[in-house]
Amino acid sequence: MMDSLVILWTDALVFLLLLFVGTFGVYAAGKEHLRGPWRLVVRSRVGVSTLVILSFYVAVGLLDSVHFEPSYLADPQAQDRAQSTEVVSLFDRLVLPLRERQEKTYSAPLATHLYAKENIEQSDGTMIRDYPRLQYGGAHLADPARDWAGDVLRLSLIGLVKGLLVTLVLANILFALLASRRAGGFAGVAREVLTGKGEIPWRSALITLGLLLMVLLWAVELSGRYHLLGTDKVGEDVFYQALKSIRTGLLIGTLTTLVMLPAAILLGIMAGYFRGWVDDLIQYTYTTLNSIPGVLLIAAAILMLQIYMSNHADEFNSLVERADLRLLFLCIILGVTSWTGLCRLLRGESMKLREVDYVQAAVAFGVGHFQIIVRHILPNVLHIVLITVVLDFSGLVLAEAVLSYVNIGVDPTMNSWGNMINSARLEMAREPVVWWSLLAAMIFMFTLVLSANLFSDVVRDAFDPRLRSSR
Amino acid sequence: MIAYIIRRVLYAIPILIGINILTFVLFFVVNSPDDMARMNLGMKRVTPEAIENWKAERGYDRPLLYNAARQGTEQLTNTIFFQKSLKLFQFEFGVSDSDRDIGYDISQRMWPSLAIAVPVLLVGLLVNITYALLIAFFRATYIDIWSVVLCVVMMSISGLFYIIGGQYLVSKLLHLVPISGYDTGLAAIKFLILPVLIGVVGGIGAGTRWYRTLFLEEINRDYVRTARAKGLSEGLVLFRHVLKNAMIPILTGVVVVLPLLFMGSLITESFFGIPGLGSYTIDAINRQDFAIVRAMVFLGSVLYIIGLLLTDISYTLVDPRVRLS
Repeated sequence: MMDSLVILWTDALVFLLLLFVGTFGVYAAGKEHLRGPWRLVVRSRVGVSTLVILSFYVAVGLLDSVHFEPSYLADPQAQDRAQSTEVVSLFDRLVLPLRERQEKTYSAPLATHLYAKENIEQSDGTMIRDYPRLQYGGAHLADPARDWAGDVLRLSLIGLVKGLLVTLVLANILFALLASRRAGGFAGVAREVLTGKGEIPWRSALITLGLLLMVLLWAVELSGRYHLLGTDKVGEDVFYQALKSIRTGLLIGTLTTLVMLPAAILLGIMAGYFRGWVDDLIQYTYTTLNSIPGVLLIAAAILMLQIYMSNHADEFNSLVERADLRLLFLCIILGVTSWTGLCRLLRGESMKLREVDYVQAAVAFGVGHFQIIVRHILPNVLHIVLITVVLDFSGLVLAEAVLSYVNIGVDPTMNSWGNMINSARLEMAREPVVWWSLLAAMIFMFTLVLSANLFSDVVRDAFDPRLRSSR
Repeated sequence: MIAYIIRRVLYAIPILIGINILTFVLFFVVNSPDDMARMNLGMKRVTPEAIENWKAERGYDRPLLYNAARQGTEQLTNTIFFQKSLKLFQFEFGVSDSDRDIGYDISQRMWPSLAIAVPVLLVGLLVNITYALLIAFFRATYIDIWSVVLCVVMMSISGLFYIIGGQYLVSKLLHLVPISGYDTGLAAIKFLILPVLIGVVGGIGAGTRWYRTLFLEEINRDYVRTARAKGLSEGLVLFRHVLKNAMIPILTGVVVVLPLLFMGSLITESFFGIPGLGSYTIDAINRQDFAIVRAMVFLGSVLYIIGLLLTDISYTLVDPRVRLS
């Protein structure tokens, strides 16, 4: 029986976005004023390093966006599971062990025992109160107290060495590729890259990639035998949760922009180009929307959605679908609250462009408004759109966490950093403290947001003509 | 100038009406009062009478826009739109779903919110401006570069982490101040120190970076070169010329948020158990108390518009060019 593909709403939009980015890439490749700044981005050391990290996140997010119903649902023996109409992603398939090895409740990172004492029946029938062994974490150790440290050290070393080897192989492939393209031979190219002399800072990219691969393979090695970041209240692997949350974070950051872009671009340019009552009307619309504090508008909208969903519960086939629609709705409402900034920028810019000589010339030649906007205005404001999109991303990822904490973010059943932090609030009040959910969410979120912030700075510097001329 | 201000005030009126209509649509048209009643009473075993009762108690049993059953002006006034939405203009917020007067609650809870928001704003401004001036003084040196890196790193940490981490470190490990709670009068100070501190620290990253940009923009101006050319020391140039001119965008940025200080901070207040308007809103959201959320949406919008007005006015005060155009 084949797995049947399930396309959730957000999945469809992700691939639409991918198509969009691809088309833009092809378009930009042919235009010098768009290609030039990108060349500056990949020539910056910070630019390539953050690009490597961001592509790792994007890869996980994309793998996690291909959903299907696993074939065992058709198996008559698994009928009870079929009722839950479980939907898994390609990524779940890749990390199947992480998903399936559930413990009973909390356990610390790399632990071999549960975090709470329980009554354990000894082989002679007596009961003692102790920390029980984990079902999966470190189950291969005969005597955890003696073997644990050595085993963790051994696995870590294996992982790091593997990471190093993979990096070396990749580096050599890169050298070979570069050498085949230009003169200097393999050794010459290798020397150029390693001393950091080339135009593109391959060395920075390689170092970042190497560190990333080492951490990744270290994590793979350890999470094969242990729970790398511990387990949560119901015994689910926290490392798995944090990885799954990547998709949520990325979606909020990108889909929101995708949703708001058409309105912002169209209205912004129209307001600036046509002036008069069109301008007044559009300005009125965005001032009104902007006046409502964002969080409250989101809260009101999400409350209304909750009412709708609880009154029409039968319209949703599965929990996943429900959570997915809520995520989409959250993106839309976040878009509604955040399009005004871009719209205002575009209005100002088109107002300036309208008076430029070549636009005036086009008007004099009798070119239609639509043609002028598409041919002269739009290409000249694209850099503003791009800068805004990249700058907004990290703010949106952070906003997700806050909104989920207030219970007006993504669905509580969905994996997200906000939900992890939300549950961590109670865990931090426990004695002894359960800190690893918070830590995991923070590490993943911080890495993404920091990379995005640094990357957006590079992009802004490269695209902003004002900044470029002043240097 | 008076004419300008009057024009701005008049301009605010259609926006307020727009917001009023928007909240009305959001709260009463998208989902009917019936849906709200069913949600609040629980989904199962809810009788039509119970729904009618719930609606009658809260005055949701009227028609939305037009009451055909009444005579004269009552046809328009005895409706949900008039009673619930238009009354917001008089700041009559009605009663919450738990039968408390919302207007009274707001007037009581405003003060704890201000007690946190005002110190955070003032101390934050002081810290950020000082730090940004320092960076501007050492511009294009390693101090500048690493300070910017530090700012970006601080910006990238979620505000939630500052709160949870700060609470854990200061209150739980070091036992310096109570974890959460509030008190009246001066006794409140020990509850306020930590939230204010965390609010300031959380804002350093973005604030300092923004002010640094403003300062550096001013430093490249001609009048600064003139000031240097006539022999002023760098410190004097920064304090007397750059700071003064950069204060225009800084202060107008602050004026916008001044009225919103009343609303308090949602997250901080709920974490520290401070009975301000922020935690009031969060509680209302969690209890799905629509009357309160509606009131807060309207109140927040009004305060924001007042902020915009104040910004316009302050622009005319500090920058004569605005007045002339």
